[in-house]
Order: sequence, then C-alpha cells, then structure tokens
Amino acid sequence: MKDPEKYLQELKRKGLDPQREERFRAELDGTQRRENPVDPGNAGGPFPGFSRGLYTWHDQAVLQQQERVQNPYIAQMKALDELLERDRQREKDGFPRKIKVGRLIKPGKGGKGKIVVVPSTEEEKFIHDPTIRPPGEGGSTGGSGNEEEGEVIGEQKVRETGDESGAGPGQGEGESHELDASAYELGRVLTEQFQLPNLREKGKKRSFTRYVYDLTDRNRGSGQILDKKATLRKIIETNIALGNLPDHSDIDPTRFLISPRDKVYRVFSKEKDYEPQALVFFLRDYSGSMAGKVTELVATQHVMIYSWLLYQYAGQVESRFILHDTEAKEVPDFHTYYNSRVAGGTEVASAYKLVNDIVAKENLAQDYNIYVFHGTDGDDWDTGGDKSIPELMRILTYVSRMGVTIAEHSGTQWTEVARYLENSGLLRDKPDLLRMDVMTEDAEEARVIDGIRKLIS
Amino acid sequence: MELINQHTKEIMEGCKVRARAAGLTFTDESLEYIVTNRDLIELSPKVMIPTLYDYWVHDVEVLRGKGEYELYPHNPYETVINTRPAISFYNDNNPDWLNVMIFYHVLGHIDFFQNNHCFRHTWEYDFTGQALSDKRVIAKLRAEKGRWVDYIIEFARSIDNLVGYHSELSPLFAPSSAACSSRLNYYLDVFLQTVKKLPIGEYLKEVARYNENVAAHGPEEGERRFFADVVAKYPEMEAHFVKSAGMKRTERHDLLRFLVENSEFLARDENVWMRSVLEVVRKTSIFFQPQIRTKIMNEGWASYWHEKLFLVDDRIRGHEVDFARVHAGVTAMPRVGMNPYALGMRLMQFLKEAGDAGRVGFDYQRLTDAETRKKYNTGAGLGDELIFQVRSDLSDYLFIKNFVDQDFSNHHDLFVTGKRLDPQRMVWQYYVKSRDAAEYRDMVLASLYHPPHIEIAPERGMNGALYLVHHFEGKQLVQEYIANTMVGIEFLWGGEVQLETSEAVVEAPRGREGGEEPEITWQRVLYTMKDKTLNRKAL
Repeated sequence: MKDPEKYLQELKRKGLDPQREERFRAELDGTQRRENPVDPGNAGGPFPGFSRGLYTWHDQAVLQQQERVQNPYIAQMKALDELLERDRQREKDGFPRKIKVGRLIKPGKGGKGKIVVVPSTEEEKFIHDPTIRPPGEGGSTGGSGNEEEGEVIGEQKVRETGDESGAGPGQGEGESHELDASAYELGRVLTEQFQLPNLREKGKKRSFTRYVYDLTDRNRGSGQILDKKATLRKIIETNIALGNLPDHSDIDPTRFLISPRDKVYRVFSKEKDYEPQALVFFLRDYSGSMAGKVTELVATQHVMIYSWLLYQYAGQVESRFILHDTEAKEVPDFHTYYNSRVAGGTEVASAYKLVNDIVAKENLAQDYNIYVFHGTDGDDWDTGGDKSIPELMRILTYVSRMGVTIAEHSGTQWTEVARYLENSGLLRDKPDLLRMDVMTEDAEEARVIDGIRKLIS
Repeated sequence: MELINQHTKEIMEGCKVRARAAGLTFTDESLEYIVTNRDLIELSPKVMIPTLYDYWVHDVEVLRGKGEYELYPHNPYETVINTRPAISFYNDNNPDWLNVMIFYHVLGHIDFFQNNHCFRHTWEYDFTGQALSDKRVIAKLRAEKGRWVDYIIEFARSIDNLVGYHSELSPLFAPSSAACSSRLNYYLDVFLQTVKKLPIGEYLKEVARYNENVAAHGPEEGERRFFADVVAKYPEMEAHFVKSAGMKRTERHDLLRFLVENSEFLARDENVWMRSVLEVVRKTSIFFQPQIRTKIMNEGWASYWHEKLFLVDDRIRGHEVDFARVHAGVTAMPRVGMNPYALGMRLMQFLKEAGDAGRVGFDYQRLTDAETRKKYNTGAGLGDELIFQVRSDLSDYLFIKNFVDQDFSNHHDLFVTGKRLDPQRMVWQYYVKSRDAAEYRDMVLASLYHPPHIEIAPERGMNGALYLVHHFEGKQLVQEYIANTMVGIEFLWGGEVQLETSEAVVEAPRGREGGEEPEITWQRVLYTMKDKTLNRKAL
C-alpha cells in the first residue's frame, strides 16, 4: 500500500496550499485517532465474557440451553407495509418516525449476495450512558484466578488482520442475527420500478428474466384455448378436400364436416427473453475522512442500488466492487465492500483508473453495458481533478451511465470532487452519461432513494 | 403451550415435598408448561406474561444495542414468573433428572418471590389476571381511539423507568401501632424542619419534650399538653397545619403518577382515557421492578438450593455426573466476567458457613488478626437462619454491599479485570486491575440496574412548564434518546417540558504528541422541549 505520508510529501513538493495540507493532515491523524479506541467489544478476543453484563444470564439459557429464538421475519411479510404505513401516519400526526429499515447482507459466492430487510425500532427512555469514559480505557468486570495485581492475563489486537469486517456501517445492525433469517428483499421496498438507463444491444446476449410464458405454440386436437380463426381455416381446407364445398359464393357452414384434428389450440410455451447484459461497478471511498455518517449514507445508497438490481434483474446483472483511499482495490463481494473499515487518505483517480484497467484488461466494453456508481464525501487530495478527470473521460467513452454520489460533511460545501466535476463541464456536456447527486450527511432514507432516481433516471 | 404430563408433574410434586422439608415456603399450586420456539417468539416480547397487553413494537425487531438492561429491566426469557399460581416454562425434551434440577431451581425462585420483601407488593394478587383485564381495557380503547392508544402506550413506556417503586413499597411496611397523629407528624416533620428551619439541637429538644409529656401523662393527655405549649410558642402553627391538610402531597419521583395526578391535558374529558393507559404501563413496570433488583440474590438463592436439594434427592441416583456438568456450567466462576448465579450462590454458601461458625456480628468483625479470623468458630450453627433472613430482607445492592468482603474475595480468588489500550503494540490488554474486595464490590455495584434519578420540581417550572431535574450520579443520559422521550412527556403534560441534566465535555488533548489524557468535565445543561422542538442551553 502506498504510504500516505510519502504521498503527502510528494503533493507538497508539487505545491499545496497550507489550508489543504492541514486538512489532509487532519484526515490522516483523524484516522489514527479514531482508530485507536476502536473497542472490539464482544467480537472475539480472549475473553468473550468481558463485556457480558450481569443481566444477560437467564434460566432458559443456562438451565435449558434455550437461547433467544430469532423471530422468523417471514411471518411479518405483510407487517412491513403496515409498519411503514404506520410510520407515515406518525409523521402526519406530528411525531417523529420510528421504524428503521435495517439491512442485512448475506455474503454469497461469486459476488452474489442476498440482502434482507428487517424492520426495527428503538424504545427511547432516559437512561444512563455507560460509554462515556476516557479513551484507551476499556471498562472493567469481574474475574477469578491467582494472578498478581497488574498482571496481564490476555491480549487482543486492536485491528484484527485478515478479515476486515467490524467497523463498517453494518455494525450494530443485526450483529446477532442469523443471516439467513428469512425476510424481505429490499427490492420489494423500493416500490419504484427503476430501469437501467441506456441499455444497448451489445455482444452476446443474455436473458435477464430467463423465460416468459406465452400462448404462442399451436397444437391440433387438444389444448388450452381454441384458436377460432385457425380452426375455421382448417375446417374449410378439409371440406374443400372432401369436395364438400362446391360453390365458393354460397357457403353454408352448417353443412361443414368437422374432424377433431381440425381444431387448433394455442398452448403455453416457454419463450426465452433476451436482453442486453449489464455490469455494474460499485466504487466507494473508504478513506479516513469517510468515518461515520457519510460512509453509512453512501453504503446505504449502494445497498439499495445493489438490492434493487438483484431484485429487478433477478441477480443477472453482474457487479464488481472497488474500494479506494489513495489506492484502489477490488473486493470479492458486497459483504466485504459494505463492511470494510475506513483508513488512509483520498485519491479518487485511483478508483477510476482501476475501473479503466479492469474494463480494458477483460475487454468488457464490447460485451457489456457498463454502469459505475461512485460514493464519496467529495474530498480528494488530487486538487482540481488533474488525475481524475482524464480517467473519468476514459470511463465516459464506454459507460452507459455513471453516477457519483457525494455525501457532504455538515459544514462543508462545494467539495473538491463536486467542484472539478462541475468545472470540467462534463456534467453539462454529457448529462446522459454522467450524473452527480450531492446530499448532506444527515440525509434521510427518502432522500437517498431520491438520489438513486436522480442517478438512474 | 401445554401443561407438563402427569409423570413430570409427579416429579415436581416430589420436589415440593423435599424443598418444604428443607425450609423453603411457597404456595401449594404451581403451573408448569411446555413451550416451543413458537411460543417463545410470542412470549418473549411480553416478558413471558401470556396475558400482557398487545403493542405493535412487540412485533418488530427491537434494537437493544445500547443499555439494553436499563431500557428493559426485565428479562424476556424468564423460566418462572411471579404469578399466583407461579407459572414456569420448560423444553419438552428435558430428561427427568434435569427436570428435577430445574424444578428445585424454580422452587428456589418461587420461594424467593413469595418471601423476599422487595416483592411485597406482588403478594396479594395474580399478575396474569390483572394483565388480562388491562389487556382488555387497552383492546377496548384501541377499538375506540385507534392508533392514539399506541402513541400513549409509547409515551408512557418511554418514562416507565421513572416510577416510584420504593414509594410504592414503603407504605406496605409502615407499622400501624407506631402511628402518630397527623398534627404531630406535621409539626415535627414539616413545620419545625421546613417552615421554622430549627437547628438540630432544638429540634431534638422538642422531640424529647414530647416524649416526656407522653411518659408523664399518657399518650392523649401528653399530646394535648405538648400542643398547648406549642400554640403558645408558635401561634401560627395551627393555621399552617390546617392549610397543609387541604394541600395534596405532590409526587416528586414517579413521573407517570405525577402526570396522571397533575396533567391538565390528561384531565380533559376527552383525554381521561389516557390515564388508564398510563396506569397500566405504570403498574406493569412496578411489578417487574423487584425482579431486576434482586437478580444476583434470586439466582444465587435458587442455585444454592438446587445444588443442595438435588444432591440429596434419592430419585436421581446415577445422574451425579450429568448434574455436575450442567451445574458447573451454570455456576462456575468465570475467568473473566460476571455470572450472577456463581456470585450469588457463592455468597449464599459463604453466609451459610459464616453463620454456622458464628462469624457474624461485632465480636467477629472487630478481629483484625487474619489467622484468628480464619480459625474463628463458635459453633453457633445459625447459618440457615442467616441466609433465610438475608433472602427475606435484602436486595442486590445491600446483598453485595454488606457481604462482599476481603474474606469472600480471597476465598474465591476474585479480582477486578481491567482492559486498557497499549498504544505501542496496538493491543487491548486484559489485566488484573485490583484484588481489593472494596474495588470488586464497587465494580459489581456499578453494574447493577440503576435508573437515573430524575426529580419533578413543579416549583421551578415557569409558565406552566414541567421542570425535571436529573440528579447527576457520574453518568450522563443517552443523548440520542432525550429528544423523543421529551416529545412524549410534552404530549402527556400538554405543555412545555424542561430537563436539567449533566453532560460530559471531553477536552481534546492539547499538542499532537499525545501523552496527555483527554479530560472529561461535566456541565449542567437545560433541555427545553416546546412544540416538539428541542433546545439545549448550557447552565
């Protein structure tokens, strides 16, 4: 991985105004500072009992091995619509909304994941907040054994290597859920029927919906619907052959002889429905500045797009996932994409370049309609987009639609990325290919969905 | 849900006979049900009370990440509930020997429910019966008022941890014989202390003067003479007393009750029905309060007895090893962490031994020599008496505070485990923070359920505002929850609501090198909720 410190020096040599340098520094430091106190909590560690409270012990579990039973959300299939309706009603009655639509992502092989939606809520009360304590302090609990005071009895790495899951936006939601708890697919919730724009016939075809069934085949003698016109034609043919129709000008249908084989029916048959194929790139900035709400927002939007694709195109749309800070990397599935934690500086161009490389190397532009969705907080160390814009131009030569989502931190306005996209004139010149959606970090779910519409329409 | 079969019921009845012989006391009847996963899904949101009122939140996944047990001070998976008769729940595939163990455990709980004084207010009625009638009330209201019933339930539940559990309990223990006349109570408790603000010495002189009068002239004549002097000294006293008799005592701690009694909004004809919803939520909350406040004792007591009674039960010979495995799983002291079963049971055993050896009382406590303390044994044999008394009289707080001492913690090698960051190596270290029993005790006490102490101060609210004071006890309130909770209170109060509380101000460490720990200072702030908008002001 590129050392951000060196990269920063390099930028400085090229000339960097002090204000921006300070911001970049802060981003790097911020990463450090924020990461230090990441409390692994219950996740693994040598002593899972450390953060287990007194009151989590109960008879059913310890005496009868009866752990909490997961509510089978399938039983609430109808309930979600009702709940959302209830929530809308709340707003009309002048109370804040209360239903949260939590998402669970089930990682699947080959980039195919499953997303389930769990309606959830919180009951709010005045309660003590146990989490306020000096950073670097992890709390205390009981223990037993014969070590001396001060002796270390176990250690746990702050940043677990390998699997990077943990501090992503997925945390807190459904930590204890069985991922295959059956529930809604998010696509159902997105009642809007979006369509991928600019879908063109390209390369080898692939069927999205696989088959349609229609009454297209004909069958003589038996079947589902009598094709009257065809049947009558057959009858006339037969009667001419029999010489039963001497005079063309005077036809008397009552004298027709009808053979059972004359009846023509239409029967159901499978028809392959070919559609052009599509490939979607998801790009996410996971640099230090992305910590907190912005990541959540971007990830939420991408979850929605992703699940909408899964739902609408029955998993037939291929997806690729790319994370970037100052360097970009491709991750194998949505789960990793969604859950990877933030670190490092920002260089948008790296991600664009990776997309270009992948497309060129695998010769994807020829066979696929390519879509790129990029989520960022709008910060970029690459001032003015000197590197990004050329890469972006290359993307725009083959892409069917590119959507950039910028989730602004509160207080910032007119971010770097937004500025150079605007200045490049590309937004104006190619409105059909490039879309940008800027929202603030405390945007609501409805706003996020609105954003999708803006990117896709 | 179906009842256990006759064979299993017979085992239960056998357990009851043996438990009674050992000294436990409980009502004759009990109901045991087999529960399936499906039953549990329905029962757990209702805290295993089958007849609890319906509420839509019960159908939704409830996020309980932060402060779960402060939000829900009742375990959703109780095996036995405190009803008349007591109801307990079982898996349908438990072997007989395991059922014997669980039955003893359950009987321990039932004995505890029916004898511990924290549960005193639940002794005279059956909660499932009451809950059923409440459920019907709510169902009927819902048919009339629709979704508004659910709003009221929601708002009431958002403050159901601010109920006066202790003030509910204390009148039940007021000795009737010691009752004084209300005039005397007013004079000594209010007039002298609040109105006259007498110094303590003079106050005690007045009490002594009363006692002398009563001793000399008998209670009635003594009091008459006493007040004759009082009127001479404070002629205004009588007027004050009459005035105070007309004044209703205002509730200061039980927010739900305060709203029922004082909210003008709820007193309107069209809103009176809301009071019954508030009352249902309040009663339910108060019913569950003792459960969470006696968790360690209750589980300790039940574990103590299931161990003791199981081992002498002649019916389960041959299952000692099975028992040992399950029992150890339940009651082993964890290497790191806290287990209420283990801690409670060991304290009970410790007290039993201490009582048997006479290691209670002043004679023992004043000994300082460790060796003498260890060998001390008067052969008093009062262990059972001691633990039965502890079981009746204490709650977790007192149980831990009184009995976790250095002897106990040394005996079981207890220590406080800390967790700290090693910034050089980027690891969290778990380490032995302290072997001091006092610190262990404080750590346990700090982890006990404790709702915030929020007092209602009607005299401080301006222009009809409801003024709440959060007495700071070292922890701030969860900030995200403040707004919505206050929206509910504002609705029920029908006007502006203010909350005075403390919040942490974390000073970022100065200098980039680190080394300086960030400091936390506390600041008083005032939240004002008016027309559903929240304002925050530093005081």
